[in-house]
Amino acid sequence: MSGDNILNVDHLTMRFGGVVAVNDLSFEAERRKITALIGPNGAGKTTVFNCITGFYRPTSGAIRLTHDDGRSIQLERLNDFRIARQAKVARTFQNIRLFPGMTALENLMVAQHNALMLASGLTILGLIGAPSWRAAERHAIDQAKRWLDRIGLLERADDAAGNLPYGDQRRLEIARAMCTEPALLCLDEPAAGLNARESAALSELLLSIRDDHGTSILLIEHDMSVVMEISDHIAVMDYGVKIAEGLPKTVRDDPKVIAAYLGADEQEAIAVMESSP
Amino acid sequence: MTASTSELTHVSRLSGVAFILKKALISAFVALVLFSLMVGIRTEAGPTGQLIYWTRFDDLAILVAIVFVGSIVIELFRQWWGPAGTARSIPQPVQSALDFAGRAIPPVLLILTFLVPVIFYNQRYILDLGILVLTYVMLGWGLNVVVGLAGLLDLGYVAFYAVGAYSYALLSTNLGLSFWTCLPLAGILAALWGVMLGFPVLRLRGDYLAIVTLAFGEIIRLVIINWQSLTGGPNGISAIPRPSFFGIPLTPGDDGLAARLGIEFSPTHRIVFLFYVILALALLTNWVTIRLRRLPIGRAWEALREDEVACRALGINTTTTKLTAFATGAMFGGFAGAFFATRQGFISPESFTFQESALVLAIVVLGGMGSQLGVALAALTLIGGFELFRGFDQYRMLVFGMAMVLLMIWRPRGLVGYRSPTVFLKRSEAISSELAREGRG
Repeated sequence: MSGDNILNVDHLTMRFGGVVAVNDLSFEAERRKITALIGPNGAGKTTVFNCITGFYRPTSGAIRLTHDDGRSIQLERLNDFRIARQAKVARTFQNIRLFPGMTALENLMVAQHNALMLASGLTILGLIGAPSWRAAERHAIDQAKRWLDRIGLLERADDAAGNLPYGDQRRLEIARAMCTEPALLCLDEPAAGLNARESAALSELLLSIRDDHGTSILLIEHDMSVVMEISDHIAVMDYGVKIAEGLPKTVRDDPKVIAAYLGADEQEAIAVMESSP
Repeated sequence: MTASTSELTHVSRLSGVAFILKKALISAFVALVLFSLMVGIRTEAGPTGQLIYWTRFDDLAILVAIVFVGSIVIELFRQWWGPAGTARSIPQPVQSALDFAGRAIPPVLLILTFLVPVIFYNQRYILDLGILVLTYVMLGWGLNVVVGLAGLLDLGYVAFYAVGAYSYALLSTNLGLSFWTCLPLAGILAALWGVMLGFPVLRLRGDYLAIVTLAFGEIIRLVIINWQSLTGGPNGISAIPRPSFFGIPLTPGDDGLAARLGIEFSPTHRIVFLFYVILALALLTNWVTIRLRRLPIGRAWEALREDEVACRALGINTTTTKLTAFATGAMFGGFAGAFFATRQGFISPESFTFQESALVLAIVVLGGMGSQLGVALAALTLIGGFELFRGFDQYRMLVFGMAMVLLMIWRPRGLVGYRSPTVFLKRSEAISSELAREGRG
């Protein structure tokens, strides 16, 4: 199993002053699989995400990303934007961070910034309107159109992102992350605030990203229906440490997990489980 | 009085006379407290140095009465206007007429600008004013890149204007370089300073950035004042060469342009020439900015204004993006500075005070952040309007300030309160600036 991991988190610790947000956490994410990171509020899941995507520098520990070609990168040594650019890790945010005053299409164009920047000859070719730049721009627009079509927003391509309904904004943020052509996609609570139908559509989208694009997904989620349906592997955190790991089914029946979610201690949880049919 | 009473009873259905009267009384009381010392009592030093004072209670009474009545009128007007946020439906033909007017404004304005030297050939004052307005249009468009697009609040923009002006002045007086050689050099030097300013301030955001850029503007000015041996200190630099028409001087001599064309020499030729030079420079600024907006770098600037964290998550190097914004804005400032130096023929640190920065920033904010048309209109309103109010003498600033306040109440997002998308599939629909963020970095 360790042979084909895209992400290895080794003894990751993150301290903020005296607070230990993440304590000696180790887990792996398999290539072309969906790995979920779950746990009660304040368990340190988003902190782990911020360490992986470079928004925080871990106090100690190692985060290794291994690409398809075997090239591996130590993420804890890179800056946030270099992680996105070189290590090809894309992320979404718990509170949506689109560019609200720009159209849906523009949002997806900004996501292709680095490729387009090269194509525009660092602006110089673009300024004189060179044919190679025009071709690259058309290609980028096509790519954006494909994603807008995938998330069902092609009709609203020219609407301001801030004017879209909440669920559409969530999907647009995922599409924007995918436009950077990432190897690993990190989603921070993508189903938060979605209704049942939208959640189902989201599950479908994530499965298709995994199967059709071969992108590995790391997911933080509270919506258990989504997590249990699509995850290949689940790691459970509580108070900054990993308390369980395994297949969805195993994790669901783990008394420690239930205890953490119910806020009860382990013995009580076992009692609850045994009493239920 | 009877008319206003009947009006009051009419409105009472909406909110009540008592409310309006209460509001007006409070306003009148505030005015009484404020003006009692400012207007009510007048003090002056007597001939032997003693304090003499006299009261002007009649003036005070008039002012308080104006505030009282004015407050009632404004409240009535408000109720007639309806509560804020009420959608006032505009009939379709009016709407389409407005749209057409909106589309027609830029070309009409451009053609009129081109024709100004033809129409007002004999009016030196109008031509000089036109040059001044165009200089500020160019400065506004330059600063618009930094403030309007990238959302970086820059209070020291005049520093780059100064760098451009002094670059040209020093290079031409010391090395004898011509205006057309110095113009790109001035732009490059200003851009270099923009990058130098950019480096230390990249980590700062919002208010902190504003303070540091403000300090930078002051530093440049103080260095110019104190570096006597190079810049001439407070005396400035004089006898800065005038620009030539691509090598042909605009002088009355035999090798001058007029003599070569076989027409009679007139000092107006030079003014008209300067007018078209600054017009060309401003249009270049506009063209480059519009082009840049549609390139990845311009989109990254706007994205930076919208959400810096999201930019980094998408792999955009925010450091270089900010630096390019600073450098581009500074470069245009430098061009404008070089033009300023050659037009005046004399520059001194007095031309580059904080007030200039504030004025250019006011143009950008008033115009609507990021809007090219808005900035041009704002420069015309602010610089031209300021001249228009010259007849008001000492009340000029008062009228001007009041006009600004009213404009900001009615159009808080500036004259042009929308941004147009840089790329679209089917239709380019203007996006209200309410959605766009102003940028905190």
